[in-house]
Amino acid sequence: MSQLVLDEISVTFDGFKALNKLSLSVEKGELRCIIGPNGAGKTTMMDVITGKTRPDKGRAIFKEIDLTQLSEAKIATAGIGRKFQKPTVFEKLSVFENLELALKGPRGILTALFARLSGEQKDRIGELLATVGLAGSEARLAGSLAHGQKQWLEIGMLLAQEPDLLLLDEPVAGMTDHETEKTAELFLSLAGKHTLVVVEHDMDFIGRLGGHVTVLAEGSVLSEGTLAQVQADERVIEVYLGR
Amino acid sequence: MNFLPESLQGTARRWAVPFALLLLTLVLVPLLRMLPVDSALHPSDYTLTWLGKIMCYMLAALALDMAWGVTGILSLGHGLYFALGGYMMGMHLMREIGRDGVYKSDLPDFMVFLDWKEMPWFWTGSEHFWVTLLQIVLVPGIVAFVFGFFAFRSRIKGVYLSIITQALTYAALLLFFRNETGFGGNNGFTDFKRILGVPLAQPGTRTFLFALTGFVLVLSLLLCGWILRSRYGRILTAVRDAESRLLFCGYDTLWFKLSVWTFSAVLCGIAGALYVPQVGIINPSEMSVGSSIEMAVWVAVGGRGSLVGALLGAGLVNGAKSWFTAVFPDIWLYFLGALFILTTLFLPQGILGLYASLRRKLSKSGGAA
Repeated sequence: MSQLVLDEISVTFDGFKALNKLSLSVEKGELRCIIGPNGAGKTTMMDVITGKTRPDKGRAIFKEIDLTQLSEAKIATAGIGRKFQKPTVFEKLSVFENLELALKGPRGILTALFARLSGEQKDRIGELLATVGLAGSEARLAGSLAHGQKQWLEIGMLLAQEPDLLLLDEPVAGMTDHETEKTAELFLSLAGKHTLVVVEHDMDFIGRLGGHVTVLAEGSVLSEGTLAQVQADERVIEVYLGR
Repeated sequence: MNFLPESLQGTARRWAVPFALLLLTLVLVPLLRMLPVDSALHPSDYTLTWLGKIMCYMLAALALDMAWGVTGILSLGHGLYFALGGYMMGMHLMREIGRDGVYKSDLPDFMVFLDWKEMPWFWTGSEHFWVTLLQIVLVPGIVAFVFGFFAFRSRIKGVYLSIITQALTYAALLLFFRNETGFGGNNGFTDFKRILGVPLAQPGTRTFLFALTGFVLVLSLLLCGWILRSRYGRILTAVRDAESRLLFCGYDTLWFKLSVWTFSAVLCGIAGALYVPQVGIINPSEMSVGSSIEMAVWVAVGGRGSLVGALLGAGLVNGAKSWFTAVFPDIWLYFLGALFILTTLFLPQGILGLYASLRRKLSKSGGAA
């Protein structure tokens, strides 16, 4: 069964149809890329999946749960992690503390008051630091990191949540070529264990990921296939070049 | 503190301020009070009340700092919780007057004056001190919880939240001004005689109330410090810096905000309750817009987000206020306004932030030399 199914989702903002009967399904362990011109509804789609925006119509099914009925926090604990377009980390906390807060576990107030990190959890944070290339920087304030490092820290925080589905909104924006390369490697190693949905503009990066590509335009799916297939699609060329 | 091993420096810093405060209020001042009254070192009743009052303000600043400095929820209406705690204590002190009032009645004087024949229902139980203690915690707590629940659930934030906290406090001010409300109208409560049967005017009572305030302040400081060092404390900081990230990490931020907000209101109520028997009056002016904004100024001047900073700010601004209102009474408000503007423009982290950056600079130049 598909991991995530969007079923005819419509969202309207002040008469503007941000999503128009969008239907999409993503298989378990898949690495799916979403592209589309500005205003195609990519970010709105992520908002709907993560509970930030409630659709006017339609359902979003994840592991047999209808996400449109849940709060952001419940959706996150159900196993969906999201990376924002603009890197969002806790600037006044250290890199280590950022990962500590993201680490999978109970989210209640009392737990938080009396929580102590177990050796196992500390090891896990150590692993994550190595994975995202921040080993040795754990004591630094997250706010003092370079842009690309913040992106990586945020990805590390997503992994700490151990989500089944990762939504990544422009993960390589502002990264150097070298960083982009490493991000592609990381994503490819994650696919299979996790399901990834990546929104990107960087076609080289998408080419490197090599997964299925979905093209959105005006709030619905325009085309789907391999990158070569969608790039050859007349309708896709038309929306991108505006002919 | 360079003579201490590095591992102990953090501990020393953590305990230095609470320990010094404890020594001052529980040992030094009570000892000095034992000196003969004509001794130069004997703190007068006036001085003691003044210092006690400032410590209550420090406690209120600490409370506001937990909500604003730490969690980023700027309340411009914390005067409400301070006043509610104060009024709860005031009701009890009114009952303790007994028949020693002007009208020699069981009813408080203002009720006799209004020609009321019996006490309103909500005065029931206020003659018991333990009921009063419960009310001091519960009344500000419940008001803050209900207000916070609806405000935070509707995701009201930033300046909008600040404005409605102020609106609520202003509404309460108007309510308490009315004689019909049953809290003494614009005069509030005053002319207290006793607490737990002991005359308030007795020097020993004053010393005790002073020491108690110091003890509660230190205890609260330690409790807040402990909270900040827990994961819960780091979550509060995260709410301030990137609430949406926290939501998508799976934390329901409503409950974290609501819990710290309620805690802050309760602490502020306790400050008000300690204030009333020492100062001897509680009236609606504590709920005026200015009083609540002043609290925010204390925290901003001292350094928001730092607990010791909040205490320092409350101490310094109120010290300055006492001096100004005595020497140049007309310009106090201008000074307060200028202080707030200058702090916001040049010292975003307050005095403690300035101290920290100076220390960093000094240690850097020291290391280079």
